[in-house]
Amino acid sequence: MSRSRLLTDDPVVVASGARLLSEALEAQAVPVADTDFHPPMAAPGGGDTAGDLVRVLADPRRGAANAEAVRRVLGVRPQLVDVRPAGEALELRPGSFLHAGPPVDWEHASGPLRGALMGAMVFEGLADTPEDAEAALRRGGAELEPCHHRGAVGPMAGVVSPSMWVFELADADTGRRSWCSLNEGLGAVLRYGAYGPDVIERLRWMSRVLGPLLRDAVRAHGPVDIGAILAQMLQMGDEGHNRNRSGTLMLLRTLLPDLLAGGAPAGDVAAAADFIGGNDHFFLNLAMPAGKLMMDAARGIPGCTMVVAMARNGTEFGIQVSGCGDRWFTAPALTPEGLFLGSFGPEDANPDIGDSTITETCGIGGFAMAAAPAIVRFVGGDADFALRTTRSMYEITLAENPAFQLPILDFRGAPTGIDATRVVRTGILPQINTGMAGRVPGTGQVGAGLVTPPAECFTAALAALAAEAPTLPAAG
Amino acid sequence: MTTEPASATRVEVRKGAYRDSVALMRVTREVADVAGVDAALVAMATDLNLGILAEMGCAAPAGTGPDDLLIAVRAADGAALERALGAAESALAAMSRGGDGAAPADVPPRTLRTAARRAEAQGRPATLALVSVPGRYAAAEAFDALEAGLDVLVFSDNVPVEQEAALKRTAEELDLLVMGPDCGTAVVGGAGFGFANAVRPGPVGVVAASGTGAQQVMCLLDAAGLGVSHCLGVGGRDLSAAVGGASTRRALRLLDEDPATERIVLVSKPAAPRVAEEVRELAAGLATPVHTVLVGTGDSDISAAVAEVAAAAGAGGFRWPEWLPDSAPQRPPGALRGLFCGGTLAEEAAAVASRTLGPVRVGAGDGSGGGSAGGHLVTDFGDDAFTLDRPHPMIDPAARTERFAAELADPAAAAVLVDVVLGHGAHPDPAAGLVEALAHAGPQRPHVLVSLCGSAGDVQGRDDQAERLRRAGAEVYASNSAAARRAASLAAGAEPA
Repeated sequence: MSRSRLLTDDPVVVASGARLLSEALEAQAVPVADTDFHPPMAAPGGGDTAGDLVRVLADPRRGAANAEAVRRVLGVRPQLVDVRPAGEALELRPGSFLHAGPPVDWEHASGPLRGALMGAMVFEGLADTPEDAEAALRRGGAELEPCHHRGAVGPMAGVVSPSMWVFELADADTGRRSWCSLNEGLGAVLRYGAYGPDVIERLRWMSRVLGPLLRDAVRAHGPVDIGAILAQMLQMGDEGHNRNRSGTLMLLRTLLPDLLAGGAPAGDVAAAADFIGGNDHFFLNLAMPAGKLMMDAARGIPGCTMVVAMARNGTEFGIQVSGCGDRWFTAPALTPEGLFLGSFGPEDANPDIGDSTITETCGIGGFAMAAAPAIVRFVGGDADFALRTTRSMYEITLAENPAFQLPILDFRGAPTGIDATRVVRTGILPQINTGMAGRVPGTGQVGAGLVTPPAECFTAALAALAAEAPTLPAAG
Repeated sequence: MTTEPASATRVEVRKGAYRDSVALMRVTREVADVAGVDAALVAMATDLNLGILAEMGCAAPAGTGPDDLLIAVRAADGAALERALGAAESALAAMSRGGDGAAPADVPPRTLRTAARRAEAQGRPATLALVSVPGRYAAAEAFDALEAGLDVLVFSDNVPVEQEAALKRTAEELDLLVMGPDCGTAVVGGAGFGFANAVRPGPVGVVAASGTGAQQVMCLLDAAGLGVSHCLGVGGRDLSAAVGGASTRRALRLLDEDPATERIVLVSKPAAPRVAEEVRELAAGLATPVHTVLVGTGDSDISAAVAEVAAAAGAGGFRWPEWLPDSAPQRPPGALRGLFCGGTLAEEAAAVASRTLGPVRVGAGDGSGGGSAGGHLVTDFGDDAFTLDRPHPMIDPAARTERFAAELADPAAAAVLVDVVLGHGAHPDPAAGLVEALAHAGPQRPHVLVSLCGSAGDVQGRDDQAERLRRAGAEVYASNSAAARRAASLAAGAEPA
């Protein structure tokens, strides 16, 4: 009956708590490994996190629910199957816009989200100038909805309008879909809140030339295995959030023959190849919907404590947890720390924004930083920092993804599936690698760096999980 | 961003000097931080960066392209400009100087799961998790250990009973053992956990609530020459209706499977009837004989029960060790004052003494339960109420020693009964304070009886502790009930033995 080694092996002890007790064991030549115990996070407003924690940990559904969530997440095989206009793919009507993060209205929207919406209004021909667009948006002249509510994700402001083209991904086994816009490049771009004429012109070119070219190439090629590219890029110095160089090049390598063979004007194909190859982040918009497909697989399992979405709208950071349905747990977003372009400084940065945290949610990005040691230059750390970061993410995750291996950790699988209980219990917050948008609408990107979610998202989610869990057996 | 012309501006281009863009952002920041610098850009000359350069009010020479490194600085004066360029130079040089790349990125494990994983990776899988964090956090730590497949010893006290029940239900499903909560002592595989005596290895397995009752059982078994295979503490509430006895049942099964255990002693507090019945049924079905020792009841006598076990095991003909002084003080009958560190020892002493003396009150060391003026009183300095913000008296006996000195000066006291608990985790020389107080007491002091709970192998040196107490004039008994009977008879005025 017993798998216990308690009475059969020489004692080897792992200990959490008083050092004195460990010392007494060491004095008896018993090997002891101490944990670096931290009390659980305190809930703002004085909630009983320690009590919530035990109630959730004691939930008899939890073990099986989390195992099922892990099984589903790791079973997803994301493939790029089509490239289409968002209006058609997402049934987005004119005047409707998707945005990153949890729900937000114009009044509470941050500078970069406002800037992106203004630009998208002009792009859609709903306003002649950004100023007109702003006036219309202030009057409530647009419908706003989170990308996540439509099976989509959007980087930074994440604004998607009907005329923009989107990647369409499908899970090879279930056929479930996810979507993401095409990446515009760095600097003054719509997703960072810029809306100048160059920005609008680039978007028009992407819809007129790039989107159809990609559609034709993908349809000619057949499904592109995005999971396989992700697995390879983690072995090539990318982490899939702030570094997507090899992923971008592998995508280009895969599609180039069909791009060339499609019969489009050579100048257009050259421009597309140049645009894709010259934008190290082009693949981000494929890593993200792949993550979305993976994490949506784990949604809505009663008793499951896995985080299935982390997303920011530039004002608030929100998370969703499998066992709590589609409810968002939000708190004011933090501002990343990192490096700034040109003469921009911390005062220019907007709080954290974008759905790109779906990468960390699915175990890459900051969680796979060990795969991308070059990233540590953002914080002035050493390569060791990248290793330590990934190692500490194993403390808060439910699984290791055998498909996403990290060579420097002896090919250990990436830490996958954030467990809300473990975040609260250890006080270790998910590590996020991110870009930084300018606070003022129209600015664009000002830098890049590291950030974490606000702790309150997790204590609130835990309280909700506790409320869903059966009460502990009453003391008799 | 200003476009005012500056007094000192320089744009340098290095052809074909590729650097990582992220690393260059860091160099830019270092250069921008130099005093007197208005703006700086150290970056590859991509279109994006050339645009940023233009916003700085600068331009690159024609033909500058994305494979070229730009160093642009706008500073208040020439000196600041030179400092900035120097800083850029050294930062660029530093970029390619790494560490040895071999430093292990080991962060201490935050959780027991990770600690266990690492132990396994080192080829030495953990056999037990020890949890001694504050009680309100203990259950979460223990859940983690169970899910990592480990048996757990919860030393922490103040764990809510409903959390204990939930924890043990999970353990039962996983076929694992939770010792405790408030498991103060255990002996597993020859190692003593918490407060534990160095008892000889032997054929008797012990299952106990885990306090000083278990220590007394083990020390007496050791004194009887029997020795202990393992002592598994299950926590004082395990046999309550709320918890349901899961740990007791599991511990009994584990010991039954253990080839080194030939005989099991179950040290049991009064149990809920249904739970007691389940445990009895289980015990009856085991291949290993189980002796049950009841403590915490009116007629508890651990020594007698252990003597029966010893007899059943064929280890008869011994006497419990005692160390008696050459002379006793002349003291009229009066009050019995018991001052204890061990809760079970205190309860047993009160129960034994009350057979001679009638009602003996048991109080906590903070004075609750009555002062010491008049009447027979046993005080438990290890009670939760007393130890809430103080070290346990087994670790720091100062408060008990102080009270001992006061009792020696109390004319109403006829006999003062104290325990001295030895072993791992206990004070290195618990006799010292008592010996000193005895040295300062007058010749008319009360009788002093010591219940010495320790084994011959304990680090404090049981025989040395006993001898020093004896020479100071105390009567020392290895059997707690023997000490209590003697104290009661002295208080009642019976003839000194």
